[in-house]
Amino acid sequence: MSLIEKITTLLGQDAVLERRSGDEPPRIAPAAPDAVALLLSTANAEGWKVRVEGSGTWMPGDAPADLILTTRRLDKIPALESQDLTVTAESGVGLDVLRRELADRGAWLALDPPGLAGRTLGSVVATASAGPLRLGYGSVRDHLLGLAFVTGDGRLIQSGGKVMKNVAGYDLTRLETGAFGAFGVIVLAHLRLRTLPRADVTWVLEGSREDLTNAVDDINAAMLEPAALELLSPAPARRERWMLAVRLVGSPPHVAAAEQELRIAGGGRLSPLRGEEAQRFWQHAAEGFATKPVVFRVGGLPDGSDGLLDLLQHQVGDDWMLASPTAGSARWAGDTSVDRLLKLRRTLAAREVPLTLERAPWSVRSAVGHFGAYREGVGPLIAGLRKTFDPNGVLVQAAEAAE
Amino acid sequence: MRASTAERLTYAADGLPTHRTVPGIVVLPGTREELIDVVRLLAARNVPFVPRGAGTGLSGGALASEDAVLVVLTRLNRIVAIEPLNRRAIVEPGVVNLKLSAAVLPLGLHYAPDPSSQSACTVGGNVAENAGGPHCLKYGVTTNHILSLEVVLADGSVVELGSPAGDAWGPDLVGGFVGSEGNFGVVTRITVKLTPLPRAVRTLLADFLSLRAAGEAVSGIIASGVVPAALEMMDQSCIGAVEDSVYAAGYPRDAAAVLLVELDGRFESAVTSDAEAVDALLRAHGARSVKAASDPAERERLWQGRKKAFGAMGRLSRDLVVQDAVVPRTALPDVLEEIGAIAARYRLRVSNVFHAGDGNLHPNISFDATNPDEHERVQAASAEIMKTCIASGGTITGEHGVGVDKLRYMPAIFDGESLAAMHAVRRVFDPDQRVNPGKVVPLHACREWSAA
Repeated sequence: MSLIEKITTLLGQDAVLERRSGDEPPRIAPAAPDAVALLLSTANAEGWKVRVEGSGTWMPGDAPADLILTTRRLDKIPALESQDLTVTAESGVGLDVLRRELADRGAWLALDPPGLAGRTLGSVVATASAGPLRLGYGSVRDHLLGLAFVTGDGRLIQSGGKVMKNVAGYDLTRLETGAFGAFGVIVLAHLRLRTLPRADVTWVLEGSREDLTNAVDDINAAMLEPAALELLSPAPARRERWMLAVRLVGSPPHVAAAEQELRIAGGGRLSPLRGEEAQRFWQHAAEGFATKPVVFRVGGLPDGSDGLLDLLQHQVGDDWMLASPTAGSARWAGDTSVDRLLKLRRTLAAREVPLTLERAPWSVRSAVGHFGAYREGVGPLIAGLRKTFDPNGVLVQAAEAAE
Repeated sequence: MRASTAERLTYAADGLPTHRTVPGIVVLPGTREELIDVVRLLAARNVPFVPRGAGTGLSGGALASEDAVLVVLTRLNRIVAIEPLNRRAIVEPGVVNLKLSAAVLPLGLHYAPDPSSQSACTVGGNVAENAGGPHCLKYGVTTNHILSLEVVLADGSVVELGSPAGDAWGPDLVGGFVGSEGNFGVVTRITVKLTPLPRAVRTLLADFLSLRAAGEAVSGIIASGVVPAALEMMDQSCIGAVEDSVYAAGYPRDAAAVLLVELDGRFESAVTSDAEAVDALLRAHGARSVKAASDPAERERLWQGRKKAFGAMGRLSRDLVVQDAVVPRTALPDVLEEIGAIAARYRLRVSNVFHAGDGNLHPNISFDATNPDEHERVQAASAEIMKTCIASGGTITGEHGVGVDKLRYMPAIFDGESLAAMHAVRRVFDPDQRVNPGKVVPLHACREWSAA
């Protein structure tokens, strides 16, 4: 029996999607978590290599594999508890769909990851891609209450739950989040929500990076606690120079008071973006990351943020860069080489700053790895976890550079 | 080192009175290096051991048996560094939670997780248990405040997990380590996030004539979108115990329940507006009265009653089991009624004092451990309470951990594959399962996991 015939017998004709081109491996779309487990357990037994994809808008679909497992039919939202402010959604649900469903019920997921609007929930969780709102609302892991995932050998595992606090058992949810698929395929997530903000404004200032960095210091000194505070290089800002953007979210009295303080802290130089303009501004910055061949993020300390940006500008340029100086982190997109990335990662590692490669062609990510240059003793732990969650290496991924 | 029987008996229990085991020997290393040496020695001799902080845990998680060494970390109590600009501090595991907040108070900062035992419990213990507390509703639990960890693994190797600013360095091993109840190793250094102190605070006390109405008010507040800093509930039994004690806070004794709601933030005007919204919601849900603390002293008094409620309940009977479970917040009214029915069925006094805003219940059962019949009824009632919480979509522990006490409930919320996966992950960190053996994952319930 051929691979396709075996899968058709296993999951039905519907699960086998049409090929986009002749040389592409077959694309399989299981419609339920159990079906993912069945498929991977068969792949494990047969020795098939499996590439996992969501909506296909983020990671290039170029990793060598015997078949593609797409989560696109895992598109259900089994529970949306708007009173409880929790949602359970399958991993193939697009964030745009999820956002609309939530908004209809007055709820909001405070995550604004890079990429196109239809990027799937599973992709965002697997890569732990938080956006500017991370400053005010935490990273991806802080929104997760629990997960279901399937290991490389086809075991369906539950972790966490759907309630606000949970310390029953080890926190496998956090191990899965941001593992770039090395520890299994995420099939379902329980998330905590907020109510749709009643006020949400963005204030901006254009200037030299140095000038804006001084403005950031003044704003930080006022302890405004904004939802987001980003420095954008000229291209994502669609301006001639760099831009500082401060997003204030909350109740109308909170936002009004914060705006007042921002005016004072910023010396009256910032101006507000109006209505749709703010939404388009953030969307443009996020979507641009999906148009560049290489995206990475770095996470340093706030007091080293300026030096970190200097280093990035010097080594890889600033074509498309968003930095959160208050958090110390930055995200970069553009074109660069394997050698430059490896050198940059080594330089950063010496400063105790991790570089996570978020998106790149297979030739780059397999040579660089999403992660690397670990601190001593960490590598064996990660290797042990990989062996635990995918003993026979069924899942094709590039968490670490190929040996 | 403590080796005499009398000394070892001191360490036979933690904050949970239903389990006791006497450790073989007790070791209290005085420095990070001594701790590492001790762990290496135990590795060389293949001896199981149990790390322990202040012993305030409530799940029997810090108990060691006769064949194991108890490694007590309370002497490792140095605050290594405070960096206000980076809003972080580096501490040793034996630093007492409240002492850390006190140390950074002059900088306008605090360490946000605030377990009720915060005047005694250690940050290392908080990390092991992923401890919570009243203000975790708004600020998050321990795991949301840990940036990086230096740990010594069972084999004696020292590993730095995470990165200085809290970004994962590779998969999130810090997130995996927090809440592993000692099973993954011992923390030697902890880098925590510091949070600015709110400038405006309002504390409200609302009283209700029915538990259900109070539960519904909680759901109403959560659904409104206002995120209180804390939203705590105490029932009549708990109110009575507090008011009879030296911690009397002026709670109305005839109320079926009181809600303590705290709102805080950066701006007076915004917090005032939130407080007005919550006041209206409380009244709309049937609050008989809503009192606002008019000054810091009154606020302190209202909180004192809540924070010392467990102590006050100690007067009710010889022993007290502090239970811990979480339910969806919308399920609170039904679950509270069911707990009342279970208490009546088993002829036990159950007092509820809990983090209502998170749905994190603490039904506390007063009993006499020397009475075997009563002891048995406590165990049976606890099991039924857990069953009720699970059935509502909840879980068996929100902040106290599994320890030994909740082992029996783990198969009720996780299937064999999931438990086996946890066990396999533990063996990556501790292949011989020597650190805190016999806790968290019930081995007999695991399906075979051949991979590890």
